[in-house]
Amino acid sequence: MTRAAMINAALFAMLPITAGVALALDEPFIITLATKVAILALAAVGLNIALGLGGLVSLGHAAFFGIGGYAMGILAHHAQSYTPLMELPFLIEGTKSMPVIWLVAIIASALAALAIGALSLRTTGVYFIMITLAFGQMLYYFAISWPAYGGEDGLSIYVRNGFPGLNTLVPIQFFGLCFAVLAVVLWASGRLARSAFGLALTAARQNPERVEAVGLTPYRLRLVAFTISGAVTGLAGALFADLNRFVSPTMFSWQMSGEIMIFIILGGVGRLFGPVAGAALFILLEHLLSGVTEFWLIYVGALLLLVVLFARGGLIGSLAGREVAHD
Amino acid sequence: MIEPLLETRDLCKNFGALQATDHVNISLVPGEIHALIGPNGAGKSTLVKLIMGSEQPSSGSVHFAGADITDLRRPERARAGLGRTFQISSLAMEHTVLQNAVLGALGRSGRVMRFLWPVMSDKALVAQAEQALERVGLADHRGALTGELSHGQRRLLEVAVALTLEPKAFLMDEPMAGLGAEGSARMTEFLDRLRQEAPILLIEHDMDAVFQLADRISVLVYGRVIATGTAAEIRANAAVREAYLGEEDA
Repeated sequence: MTRAAMINAALFAMLPITAGVALALDEPFIITLATKVAILALAAVGLNIALGLGGLVSLGHAAFFGIGGYAMGILAHHAQSYTPLMELPFLIEGTKSMPVIWLVAIIASALAALAIGALSLRTTGVYFIMITLAFGQMLYYFAISWPAYGGEDGLSIYVRNGFPGLNTLVPIQFFGLCFAVLAVVLWASGRLARSAFGLALTAARQNPERVEAVGLTPYRLRLVAFTISGAVTGLAGALFADLNRFVSPTMFSWQMSGEIMIFIILGGVGRLFGPVAGAALFILLEHLLSGVTEFWLIYVGALLLLVVLFARGGLIGSLAGREVAHD
Repeated sequence: MIEPLLETRDLCKNFGALQATDHVNISLVPGEIHALIGPNGAGKSTLVKLIMGSEQPSSGSVHFAGADITDLRRPERARAGLGRTFQISSLAMEHTVLQNAVLGALGRSGRVMRFLWPVMSDKALVAQAEQALERVGLADHRGALTGELSHGQRRLLEVAVALTLEPKAFLMDEPMAGLGAEGSARMTEFLDRLRQEAPILLIEHDMDAVFQLADRISVLVYGRVIATGTAAEIRANAAVREAYLGEEDA
């Protein structure tokens, strides 16, 4: 086992260990915090596919996070109010079943990412950042001004959605579910980085001309990556809404996009476990510092500066050293 | 006469008042090395861009393997069978040497939309990539990071990646640049054999290599081809001597 693999394993094990200890000590709030870390890490794993592998600095990933959240909110809202989602041309009812909600969240956010990516990926650099930000803001204001689903106040879901065989209202069970999803997606994301697609995508980040010279189209590679990335972040959005049993336009806000990006930068851009490390660190700081001062984010800002200036590989990079090429 | 594989017809490109490419007709027939020479600013780079699709011509057309490829984009030209090396090495620097070669084999295979299967476990692709590295003499460096290669080794890797594409024709933009005397000699020997596989349009500053290798030479001056012929014909051509070779001899 390499040093990096050991650090990754330790980091990953920390989440269930924390949740387990919290269970033993009867501290459900800590379990909820661990769940939050798992979900936010999942959102960042999604962004890391675009940002870390593809080099696509998207400042609009809250769009997909929010779409996932609203997919859950809207379906569960109709289920709890016993009103159909639509009757014509065919009947669609709401649902309280997580697997169905996840599927809808993934498909909806993937389609949104496909559309947004198709337009945004024609630009690069600062323009790409700005146009993804603009799309995010469009959805944010759309959510605010859509009264059918709560507008600015959002939607409250009274009972957490169900998953076959689990009681999701028990914090440790819901944690286990979120952690399992994170584990599966991390595994898939690691495979993706080593796949044929991953090789072409990372090459397109380093040198698009080279990729074109071997007959591949960077735009197409990036669009597929952006779509996968959006779908993963959308799934995280559905889980996040279920964690809070509440969804509101703040899930679409650009601060949310920024936070997801901060997780990655803190943890290490392009590192498989970077999002996990970053999200854990962020939530830990929030938990520890927000009790001390309401301006706790200033310390996160200072830390972010230090990481960007002195530790470009983020937390994982400073612990594990330089990434070795996998052959 | 043999049907040319690659051909430009009355190719023109102007940037404002500057005529960078002026009614250029050049062709590449199977089995030959056709060298393109000319003083700095003669429009060689522009011509390469027009052939590879990085620039659109103002008028005229590019034909390849019996089809008009003037409107094809760069990846499409590569898939059509145009393998190129860049004037300035253009590789994925954070990837290993082998990964760069596998990228070429991957482009050739077209099986890029595979998301969960490790590409370096694809025996067919890796074998093809390793064979190309072997041929240029980079097999021992397969695991090295491309960014850590010497300049000359990168030139070789460029050629290896082009080999993995199994192209119908090569376009090589100064493959000798920075190779040194020994490397240059080896590359010359290599290209000499390579022409049997696919013809090479060679843009090169190393005149020894050009006169040794080229079946035909075209001389580009101010965007125009002022002469095309064998090495002996070009050496004897008065206009060429005046425009180009003369200034080197002086």
